[in-house]
Amino acid sequence: MLNVSNAVVRYGAITALHGVSFNVEAGEIVTLLGANGAGKTTTLRMLSGLHAPSEGSITFEGRNITATKAHQFTSLGISHVPEGRRIFPQMTVEENLEMGAFGRRGSFSEDMEKMYATFPILKDRRKQMGGNLSGGEQQMLAIARALMGQPRLLLLDEPSMGLAPMIVETIFRIIGEIRDSGTTVFLVEQNAAQALRLADRGYVMENGRIVFSDSAAKLLTDERVRAVYLGEAV
Amino acid sequence: MRAFLRRPIVRRFFMIGAAMAALEVMTGPPGSTEAPTAGFAGSFTQPSPFFGLFSTVRWVVFLFLAVVIWAIVTLWSIQGAAIKRSVTTVTAVPRAATQRKSVRRGLGVVLLIVALILPHVITDPFWQAAMVEQIAVYVLLAMGLNVVVGFAGLLDLGFVAFYAIGAYTTAWVTGALPTPPLFGVDLNPFFAIPIAIAIAMLSGVLLGAPTLRLRGDYLAIVTLGFGEIITIFANNLYGITGGSQGTGVIPHPSIDLGPLHYVWGLTPVPYYYLTIVFVVIFLIAFSLLEHSRVGRAWTAIREDEVAAESVGINPLKYKVMAFAIGASTAGFAGVVTASQSNNIFPSSFTLFFSINILVLVIFGGMGSIAGVVLGAVLIQTVSMYLLHSPPAGYQSADLYIYLGALLILMMIFRPVGVLPSRRRKREIGLAESGEGHMDEVLTGDTP
Repeated sequence: MLNVSNAVVRYGAITALHGVSFNVEAGEIVTLLGANGAGKTTTLRMLSGLHAPSEGSITFEGRNITATKAHQFTSLGISHVPEGRRIFPQMTVEENLEMGAFGRRGSFSEDMEKMYATFPILKDRRKQMGGNLSGGEQQMLAIARALMGQPRLLLLDEPSMGLAPMIVETIFRIIGEIRDSGTTVFLVEQNAAQALRLADRGYVMENGRIVFSDSAAKLLTDERVRAVYLGEAV
Repeated sequence: MRAFLRRPIVRRFFMIGAAMAALEVMTGPPGSTEAPTAGFAGSFTQPSPFFGLFSTVRWVVFLFLAVVIWAIVTLWSIQGAAIKRSVTTVTAVPRAATQRKSVRRGLGVVLLIVALILPHVITDPFWQAAMVEQIAVYVLLAMGLNVVVGFAGLLDLGFVAFYAIGAYTTAWVTGALPTPPLFGVDLNPFFAIPIAIAIAMLSGVLLGAPTLRLRGDYLAIVTLGFGEIITIFANNLYGITGGSQGTGVIPHPSIDLGPLHYVWGLTPVPYYYLTIVFVVIFLIAFSLLEHSRVGRAWTAIREDEVAAESVGINPLKYKVMAFAIGASTAGFAGVVTASQSNNIFPSSFTLFFSINILVLVIFGGMGSIAGVVLGAVLIQTVSMYLLHSPPAGYQSADLYIYLGALLILMMIFRPVGVLPSRRRKREIGLAESGEGHMDEVLTGDTP
């Protein structure tokens, strides 16, 4: 579905990604793990058109999307839940969801009801300002807003960041449900244990390179991963 | 003694007193080289009427003012909450009523009728001219700038450029410039309307497309430069614009359709009605726009550009659109000014003009159409009043001291403007309570 090959991303003189290659197949949850500064967010910025790779290519469903601009991604079928959620703080929950369907023509009220069914708390908060929601609610709103664009691939950047463990649990459960309903998920996470339990496959990044990859089950038991990301003594 | 001086109520008195003393010196007589301190001393000791009641010296008047201000501020700090509460109770009913659409429409119609009969009530020629040149045209300009600053959140300091382009285009097509007219014949200024709007819009796109990638202060600087460039062009391209001498005579618009024959002459009232017609058209168009898909895209960009992109909004496209719409409104205002005043000079298109329009928008309430219309009418009426019947000792440049003071007070006590839009009120309210960020336009940074 999504294919990245030998992508190099530079910020001026600094190279953030040194030829990264990976792929995501339809129906999977693929997770990208790595410590701070490994290049996870850069990878996602690249995948959502915020920073074009200077070398290498990205293809989505057979189309080359390397030079596609950020605002064109939703119409391709890729929605991005940005790091730090970035909901519209002074719009109501309802208006935020409406904005998610901005690129679509026709009625989207059915989808809105679907979102309220998936995230009942958002229905209760329908008329509240996005900025007045709690962190967990904002994260749910950000995911719901992205889903309003009817993506086939959903990119999630650190959905667990700054949230209470119980809420992280809920959000990960919902990510699982999203995959089960047919949307492919690419998940960037620091919370490796939780991400690997949910994901089908995983890639591990270090210093702007993918150092190894495997099925999530294997990575969970991999010594290197356990030592570095799960914080367990081996 | 120290504890006494430290009490807020006492400290406040000294602070207000010091501010009044500074004001006293600033407004006092000038000094001279022979007696450098004479002006300073005179600021306090010069005789002065006590609000026309009896005569005394200046320091008594200022001390009295200081005490009055101190009393008001102190009363407010003690009883402010109670006063606010009683004001809110009194205004609750009319406030709730204006939320209703039917009431708003009705109010709009009433105001329109008032605007229509106004020239028959106010027959003073100064005011009739001012109503067109200084109020109706400024309402149009403020409405146009409101699309750029209020809706899309872009700080444009060169708005005058598009106004100048509109005015000079009118001069061009009507054959008032040294260059031959656009179509070889001198056209009626009515035909200048679509042409000026189109050219202003085009220049908005041309300026916007490369520069609207910039944000906040950077954009403000670029637009400021553009405004200056247009004025300098108008001043220096003698062969094209007539330079600082101004243009030739721009004809008045006229209608000549068989039996229907009318010439807009030297009297301002017909222009007033012409402008009101367009104000109403723009008013309706902009309020539809505000609640359209485009309006929502502007709101999204204003709140968070990255998020807006992630839901599929092309920020550049919508920003350029806002710029072009604002520019075309200013272009139209330029046509009215040019055809009404007969000739135009580069000296009327200054940076100060842009800032003046921005003041109207901020004062009225950014993003609120009703607010900016009200703001423009209020401020322009006050400045025209001061020009028409100046108080003793008033000089025309003093206006800006008063406007500046007014803006500072507004920023302290009502930063949302006189008649804020509901969303803007929420935005600033949230920012004040520490959630979200203060507007990008005002601070120049994005979160």
